[in-house]
Amino acid sequence: MPHAKSIRQERARFPGADALSRVSCVLVQPVLTRIVRNVADKHPSLFARLGEHQATTYLIDPVELPFSLLLRPDPEALSLQAVPRDRLPQAGASIRGKFLLLLRLIDAGEDGDAAFFSRGLDIAGNTEAVVRLRNALDDIDGSIVEDCASMFGAPGRLILQQLRKTYGQANARS
Amino acid sequence: MQDRDDVLAELICPAGTPAALRTAVDAGADAVYCGLQNATNARNFPGLNFTPDELAEAVRYAHARGVKVLLALNTYPPAGKVALWREAADLGARLGVDAFIVADMGVADYIARTHPSVRLHLSVQAAASSPEAIRYYCEHFRVKRVVLPRILTIPEIRAIRREIPCEIETFIFGNHGLMVEGRCSLTNYLTGQSTNMDGVCSPASAVEYIRHPDGTMSAMLAGFTIDRFGADDKAGYPTICKGRYQAPHRPEGYYAFEEPISLNLSRLLPDLISAGVHAFKIEGRQRSKSYVRNVVASFRKAVDDIRAGRPANIVDLIALTEGQKETQGAFETKKWR
Repeated sequence: MPHAKSIRQERARFPGADALSRVSCVLVQPVLTRIVRNVADKHPSLFARLGEHQATTYLIDPVELPFSLLLRPDPEALSLQAVPRDRLPQAGASIRGKFLLLLRLIDAGEDGDAAFFSRGLDIAGNTEAVVRLRNALDDIDGSIVEDCASMFGAPGRLILQQLRKTYGQANARS
Repeated sequence: MQDRDDVLAELICPAGTPAALRTAVDAGADAVYCGLQNATNARNFPGLNFTPDELAEAVRYAHARGVKVLLALNTYPPAGKVALWREAADLGARLGVDAFIVADMGVADYIARTHPSVRLHLSVQAAASSPEAIRYYCEHFRVKRVVLPRILTIPEIRAIRREIPCEIETFIFGNHGLMVEGRCSLTNYLTGQSTNMDGVCSPASAVEYIRHPDGTMSAMLAGFTIDRFGADDKAGYPTICKGRYQAPHRPEGYYAFEEPISLNLSRLLPDLISAGVHAFKIEGRQRSKSYVRNVVASFRKAVDDIRAGRPANIVDLIALTEGQKETQGAFETKKWR
């Protein structure tokens, strides 16, 4: 199984990074809205395991992407928003790691504790909220990520396949 | 050496959620152990464990595939609050669990009297490590199996086996667990919650991680720093027993109790079987399906190899270990530190 690799290197800033981040947020938002609604419709049981942390906001930070994600897993006010890196909001809990590691964690393809032990995953804020989210996702059978990719047909599945291949190669090299 | 026909080497596997239970069953568990969503078990963690309906479905799923379900009731009821443990035992008996894993004598006595047809296993939380203590539980509560503390060498286990009338279960992977189990009050000291009565060691609500600009990370419990990991350090669980502390004689900081490290006895399985160990336990109800799938499948293969008289094929599980380090601990030698 692949080891999660350290994420200690900070993102390099470059001219125009903030503008790119904001444009990316606008472009990706409709996709995120579809994804989060699809997951909630297919897996309503995950809300029970979240308990009181349905109302917690989670900042999910895939370190290679130009934006972060703000999740509010409240069935009454569900949202997954792309947020620009220069305007990150306060959140109840934050989870930070490489994008494909985060995808593998969502699908229980990788063990969250092991990723944390290896320092490939950073968490901050309300630890109980993070543990509840992890356990809620882990109790889902099947692949959330593949379900989401399939929403976009053959192109979605192809992109996911390519991402996984790249991740496997990157881990094999490092 | 026992005859091969006598080598049961049951694989006892963790299940923190219904999906993890199905994963363990499908990966080759002989039995799974799990708990309810309350203080009756020692992994009373947020978002973990089973509702009564989920347990009923889990028992059906496991039994349909010939796998046993063991219900952990392995915490100690505080005075006046025994009803929760009794209700959990009644529920488990009604749903057809195959055994209860207990630590408290009052809980054991209630089950022995009320549900005499259900097996009792003595939890590691009872810390019974002498033939005298184990025999007491067997004689008074009809305990059928003891889960031994992780502080015994294999020759000591062999000697105990000769003097007790019940089966032996030993941990083979996961938490190293050197504390006198069932007696540890370190979490209680800092958080006010009890590992042994509330089922929470280092409750997540009291844990906080702080990332510093230089890449180091502090692990805090109830406002106290219990470790600070360098940018390249591997991390462990945020428990006091695995923290690093500064003292006048060790100003650089040191592990005062134990290090973040996992037990892995994959290379000692034949010796454990030879010593009379009946069942092998994998720790980790708090871990993910990924952990359960990989660890259970690896040990299933190893045990099957041994039962067939083949050299065991040992898979590298270091990526799943705490601190990314592993040890054979006291099972190999009491000089492991």
